[in-house]
Amino acid sequence: MKRFIYADNAATTKLSDTVLESMMPYLKEEFGNPSSLYELGSRAKTAIERSREQVADALGALPREIYFTSGGSESDNWAIFGAANAMRQKGKTHIISTKIEHHAVLHALEALEKQGFEVTYLDVPGDGIVRTEDFERAITDKTGFATIMYANNEIGTIQPIPEIGKICRDRGIIFHTDAVQAVGNLHINVKEQNIDLLSLSAHKFHGPKGVGALYIRSGVRIPNYIYGGAQERGRRAGTENTAGIVGLGTAITEAVASIDKKAEYLTKLRDYIIGGVLKNIQRSRLNGHPVKRLPGNINFSFEGIEGESLLLLLDQKGICASSGSACTSGSLDPSHVLLSIGLPHEIAHGSLRLTLGEDNTFEDADYILSVLPPIVQRLRDMSPLWEKIKNEN
Amino acid sequence: MYTEKVMDHFLNPRNMGEIQDADAVGEVGNAKCGDIMKMYLKIDNNVITDIKFKTFGCASAIATSSIATEMIKGKSIDEALQLTNKAVVEALDGLPAHKIHCSVLAEQAVKAAIADYYRKQGIDPEPIVGKLTEADHH
Repeated sequence: MKRFIYADNAATTKLSDTVLESMMPYLKEEFGNPSSLYELGSRAKTAIERSREQVADALGALPREIYFTSGGSESDNWAIFGAANAMRQKGKTHIISTKIEHHAVLHALEALEKQGFEVTYLDVPGDGIVRTEDFERAITDKTGFATIMYANNEIGTIQPIPEIGKICRDRGIIFHTDAVQAVGNLHINVKEQNIDLLSLSAHKFHGPKGVGALYIRSGVRIPNYIYGGAQERGRRAGTENTAGIVGLGTAITEAVASIDKKAEYLTKLRDYIIGGVLKNIQRSRLNGHPVKRLPGNINFSFEGIEGESLLLLLDQKGICASSGSACTSGSLDPSHVLLSIGLPHEIAHGSLRLTLGEDNTFEDADYILSVLPPIVQRLRDMSPLWEKIKNEN
Repeated sequence: MYTEKVMDHFLNPRNMGEIQDADAVGEVGNAKCGDIMKMYLKIDNNVITDIKFKTFGCASAIATSSIATEMIKGKSIDEALQLTNKAVVEALDGLPAHKIHCSVLAEQAVKAAIADYYRKQGIDPEPIVGKLTEADHH
């Protein structure tokens, strides 16, 4: 039988069995509209409110601070356009973010720039972690909002969120964090970490796709996002995705309960693969900070080869992975994150991201370590660029 | 995303390698854009008797190089110069829209190698091969 190793958990994760079980009734007999008065409806409503409590507990928030959305991108958009609107009313026009945000954040900010907002995109040094000193230096008397991701989706680097949260709170700046990659992997407490707005997405921690949440700290006023009925207290109208919301609640509870155990295991597995690859493949490098990164995140660059070819050959061996190469995204340039940490284009093209999950075993790791070096070699043997690199030395 | 033909040429590239005593070598593309193609030709009596390629790039870059070498091996220089990127795409049963530039690169690589052949003979290649728009695929 062909091996199958799923190592793209930053893209999405497999739905957990308990999550699916918890959702099933709401896809079948418990189909009522949560807004309906009869019992069938109110049972659905109760299920949604239970999920809201579960999400709030997982984040150290209050249930009324949790709003269900369609996922990470929607939460990011609501937070960003909402905060921009709120700050403008106070005469603030400057926003601080970073160069390594997800496109859901970057493209929303670009739209705001067209509306006249000024955005500072902080550089990150080679380790992929934004510096709080740089953040503080960027603040002006016009700064009203900051959005910094909790952990990077490509290189897994963990940002100093509690520190930046503290600065923002002291300076009266609304602070949003895109925590899509962090929830279920890192301990988050929105109160202790001074977070005003936080985005999350269920399918990144074994929940269903198409559902997420935005935490809006009580006292932070941002406009409603979808106008219509009274769902989500009128702030995000539309008949609820009951099964999805229930799945989100189950998934986040499950994920948060196992953070430490999962982190311990994945860190070992991650470092085992990193060590093996750096030792066995010459001219390879690990992108992002070696330690301050998500437990399951690995991001390599291999000189002289291109990422899409690498992914397709890995797929032939049953390994699902991803790359920051331009060819995989359909855009002209390789990953903005890899360029931001200082990689030249040609090295960024040759990147490989493996994001591990609890299902991955050390046997999988050994298999990856056995098939990856010959695949890299095979592509290098074909590559005129590798020929040049070799001859330079 | 890719046709069976593309995958076949990517997984089993034809004529991959170098020719040490090549009569002509052409290279197009650049590392920054993520693809470089290099073609080596042996030419005897105006006929391409052997051809090899090396490519840095995505699967379609490798597949277009591979099929292009197959299409012109054993052909005369004049015939090889008739090779169009469209013919390369057709031979592969199609390419995704954002990968068409790979087929342009393959056509250019063949032309660059033939230009090199003429240059080595002291002949200005431009009137014959045409102007090579240095892999301006982006």
